[in-house]
Amino acid sequence: MSALHDATGERGMGGDPESALRLAEDVIEKAQAAGAGEAEALVVAGTSALTRFANSQIHQNVASTEVFVNLRFVVGRRVAVASSGRADADGIRALVDRAATIAANVEELEDWAGLPDADAASPVPGAWSDATADASPELRAEGARAVIAAADAAGVTAFGSYSTDAESVAVASSKGIRAAERRTSAQLLTVTMGPDNGTGYAEQVAVDASAIDADAIGREAAERARASANPTDIEPGDYPVVLHSYAVVDLVDMLGYLGFSALAVQEDRSFWEAGRQVASPLITLVDDGRESGLPAAFDAEGVPKQRLRLLDRGACADLAYDSQTAARAGRRSTGHGLPAPNTFGPFPINMSMAAGDTSFDDLVAGLDRGLLVTRFHYTNPVHQKRAIITGMTRDGTFLVEGGEIVRPVRNLRFTMSYLDALANVQAVGADRRCVRGFLGASVVPSLRLSSFSFTGATAAG
Amino acid sequence: MRDLTSRALDTATALGATYADVRVVRRLEESINVKSGRVEGVAGGESEGFGVRVVVDGAWGFAASHRLSTAEADRIAAEAVRIAKASATAIREPVVLADRPAAYGRFETEVAEDPFAVPMDQKIGDLLAADRAMNAVAGIAWTESLYAAQREWKTFAATDGSYTEQVITHLGAGLEANAVDGDEHQRRSYPDNGGSWASAGYEFVRGLDLLGNAERTASEAVELLSAPPLPAGTRTIILHPSQLYMQVHESCGHPTELDRALGSEASYAGTSFLTPDMLGSFRYGSDLCDIVADATVPGGLGTFGWDDEGVAAQQVPLIKEGMFVGYLSSRETAPRIGRTSGGAMRADGWNRIPLIRMTNVNLLPKPGMTFDQIVADTDDGLLFETNRSWSIDDRRLNFQFSTEMCREIKGGKPGKLFRNGTYTGITYELWRSMDAIGDASSWQMWSTPNCGKGEPGQAGHVGHGVSGARFRNVRVGVVA
Repeated sequence: MSALHDATGERGMGGDPESALRLAEDVIEKAQAAGAGEAEALVVAGTSALTRFANSQIHQNVASTEVFVNLRFVVGRRVAVASSGRADADGIRALVDRAATIAANVEELEDWAGLPDADAASPVPGAWSDATADASPELRAEGARAVIAAADAAGVTAFGSYSTDAESVAVASSKGIRAAERRTSAQLLTVTMGPDNGTGYAEQVAVDASAIDADAIGREAAERARASANPTDIEPGDYPVVLHSYAVVDLVDMLGYLGFSALAVQEDRSFWEAGRQVASPLITLVDDGRESGLPAAFDAEGVPKQRLRLLDRGACADLAYDSQTAARAGRRSTGHGLPAPNTFGPFPINMSMAAGDTSFDDLVAGLDRGLLVTRFHYTNPVHQKRAIITGMTRDGTFLVEGGEIVRPVRNLRFTMSYLDALANVQAVGADRRCVRGFLGASVVPSLRLSSFSFTGATAAG
Repeated sequence: MRDLTSRALDTATALGATYADVRVVRRLEESINVKSGRVEGVAGGESEGFGVRVVVDGAWGFAASHRLSTAEADRIAAEAVRIAKASATAIREPVVLADRPAAYGRFETEVAEDPFAVPMDQKIGDLLAADRAMNAVAGIAWTESLYAAQREWKTFAATDGSYTEQVITHLGAGLEANAVDGDEHQRRSYPDNGGSWASAGYEFVRGLDLLGNAERTASEAVELLSAPPLPAGTRTIILHPSQLYMQVHESCGHPTELDRALGSEASYAGTSFLTPDMLGSFRYGSDLCDIVADATVPGGLGTFGWDDEGVAAQQVPLIKEGMFVGYLSSRETAPRIGRTSGGAMRADGWNRIPLIRMTNVNLLPKPGMTFDQIVADTDDGLLFETNRSWSIDDRRLNFQFSTEMCREIKGGKPGKLFRNGTYTGITYELWRSMDAIGDASSWQMWSTPNCGKGEPGQAGHVGHGVSGARFRNVRVGVVA
C-alpha cells in the first residue's frame, strides 16, 4: 500500500489529522512530479452517522466512512482541479493524471495570482470532541428514544434526526501551506406533530455530543406542538413580529450568501457598500471561525480564518474573501474559501449576531398585536440585490395581543427584504442559540421587528 | 465485484439480517465553468464505494465505505447489523417489504457520442464561443456558462439473488447572461436556469445550439433591465414548458412521494397534503390533467433499468383526468396502501440509502392545440418563461414562483415585457383552473439535477416532460 495512510481503526483518518496531512503532502509531491508548477491538496476524511426517526420510531439509520481529496494542479497560469473519493495508490495516481490532462487543455487565467502564501493557522481549541467521534448507534438511538418519550408524554408524535460527524481536514500546498485539524459536530433536531394540526420544532447543535440534551429538545418541541394545536386563519398583511432564533438563522445565512461575499460585490450583485447602513444600529454581525458555531482554524485553501465584522451596528463593514477575490482586490484572503473549483465565491459560515438585553418573554411582551414566528421554510430569493426573500412560516406561528400569545395561526407566506427586516429590529434577545445553516452553523438571538410582510395564507386542505 | 457483494450479503445474513442488499457504485464526473469569457474552472472527479442495507429484528440499518475489499465488506456488513439492532430499540411497526420478482440483467443509457471521449479542448471551445458571444452584447455585466457530465457504474445485489448492473450517463449545459443597473439585476438563461440536462451523450449538448442562442439570451437580459415591474392582479397565465416543469416538480412530484405522505420526511422537507385516504376520490386538477411517473422514457434524468432496491422501471399514473390516483412508492411504503412498489427508490451515490424520488414525472400532452395556438387563443394574459425562484410550503399547497421572462399577451399576440414576474396560489386551485394544454409538438423532457431530499442530504436527478399550459384567475405580481 502506498503511502496513503488510510489508517485503520474505528475512526480511520477521521481522528488522525496527521495522516490526512501526509496524504495531502503525498498528493502534491506526485503532482509536482507530473509537471505541476504549483499544487494544492485538500483532504477531508472521516465518518458520518445519522439516526432518523418518524412517527415516533427509528426508520432510517446510517453511517459512512469517506475520504475526499481535491487537487489544484497549476502549470503557469493554467489551473486544473481534480477530486477523488479514493485514497489508495491507484486512485491517487488516477487523480494526478486526470488533473494533468485537464491542465494541458485549459486556457490560461489572465489574472491568476497564484496559490495563497503560507500563513500558519494556530489550532482552534474546541473543534473536536471524543464523545462525538466515539458516538455509537446505541447513543443516537438513546437520544431518539428520549425525544420520543417527551413526545409521548405530551400526546404528540416525534420526527427528527440525530447526527454525529468526525473528520480530519488537511491542506498542503507547494507554497508551503501545511494545515491540519480534526473537527466534530453533533445535531439533534425534532419536529413534533399533534392530533389537532399543531406542530413544534427544536434543535441543538454542538461540537460535543455529550452536550446534547435530548430530553430538553423533546420537551421544547412537544410543548410548542401542543401550544399550536387547532391553528386558525389570519389575514396576510404587515405585522410586527418576534422571530425565534430558528427563524433568524435564515436571515443571516441569506445575507451571507447574497451580500457578504467579495465575489458578489465584485460582480455587482450584492447590496453591500462600505459603511452603508442597511440594518438597525442594534444589529452587529460577525463571522469568527475560531470561536463561533462549529469552529475551524482554516478554510479549504488552508488560509487561517480571520474574524470579520460584517455588520457594525447596522452598517456594512467587512467582506469575506478567498485567495482569488482577494487578489483581484489587492489584499489577502480572509480565510473564507470553499473547495475549488468554486464559482460560488467565498462564504461566511461561522456567523454570530451580538446578543441584546431583552429576554425572550419580554420580546413577546413588547408586541401590542403581532405574530411570533418559530421558523421559516423553503426560502428563496425573489430579488437578489434588494435581498427580497419569499418563504413560509412553519412549526408554530402564534398571534400575540397585548403582549400575550392568544392563539396559534395557520402558516403564512412572506415576501420581504431581509435588509428591511433587519432595519426594522426594535429589540434583540439576550439568549442566543447555535443553529445549523446552509454550510455551517450560526449563533443568533431572537429578534422583535416593527413590521414584517406576510403576502399569502395557507389553505386548510 | 461478486466477491465483495456476496461477502457483504453472507456476513449480514450470518449476523442476523432477514434481508440485505448491497450497491457498489463508481462515479466519474467532469465539469467546465466559464465566466465572462474566461475558463474559470475545469474539474474532474471520481468516487467509488459500497453501501450495505439490512433489516434485522424488523428494523433498518445501513453502513457504507469507500474501501473496496472483502475485509471491509465484513466490517461494513457487521456495522449495518449493529445499527439495525440499535434501530430495533425504537420501532413500533416492523419493516415489511412488498414482494417483487428477483432482478437480473444490465441497463445502459443510450449514448451516441460519449461525452468523456470528446476532447476536453473541444468541449471548452464550444462553451467559450457561446459565452464570448453573450459578452459581446452591450450592457452585459457578466456571463456564466456551464457544462457537466456524470457517469455511474452501479452493481446491485440482494439476498433474494437479485443482481443487476447499470451504466447511467447524465450531462447538461447552459448559458446565463446578467445585466445590472443600480439595485436592479436581471438574469436570462438558456435553455434553462442552471442548464438543461438529459441522460444522453454529447449529441444532446450539440443539439442545444448554445452559440446560436447566445446573442438572443444576452439581449433579453439587457431588455429586462428597462422593463417595468409586473403589476399586482389576478390574471390568465400561460406557463411556458421552461416554467411548467418546475410547477409539476414542486406541486405534483413532491406531494405524490408516498414516504412524505406517511411522515418519513416530516423533520426536513415536510409532509404532503395528498394523504392516502384521498386516493381515487380527490380532484387534484381539471379533466385535462394527466400526470405519470415514467422511468422508461428515453432521455430523462429519471430513466433507468431498475431502481435502487431492484424494482424494474415502470410507468405509474399519479393524476388521471384530474383525479389523484397514485404515488411514487417503494417496497416498504407500497404495502401500506395495499399496492406493490412503483420502483422509485433512488440513492445519491454509494454512501446514501435509497429514498423515494421522482423518476420522470410527466404532464402528458393533449391533442388539439399547439403551444403557439394556446397563446393565439388567449385574449388577455401573461406568459411566464424560465424559472427564476421557487418556494412552497411543507405540505406542498402554497407556492410562489418567479420567472426570468414575463410577457403580456393581448389579442393572442405577445407584447409588453415585464421584469420580476411572480405568481402564487394553492396547488389544487391552480391545477383545477387549467383549461388548455399543449399538444405533443411542444412536449419535451426538462430536468431538475439538484432536487434536495433526506437527512443526510441527497441531490436527486429527476426529469419532467411537459408541453406548456394555460391557467385562469391566478394571482400575479406579488413583488413589484
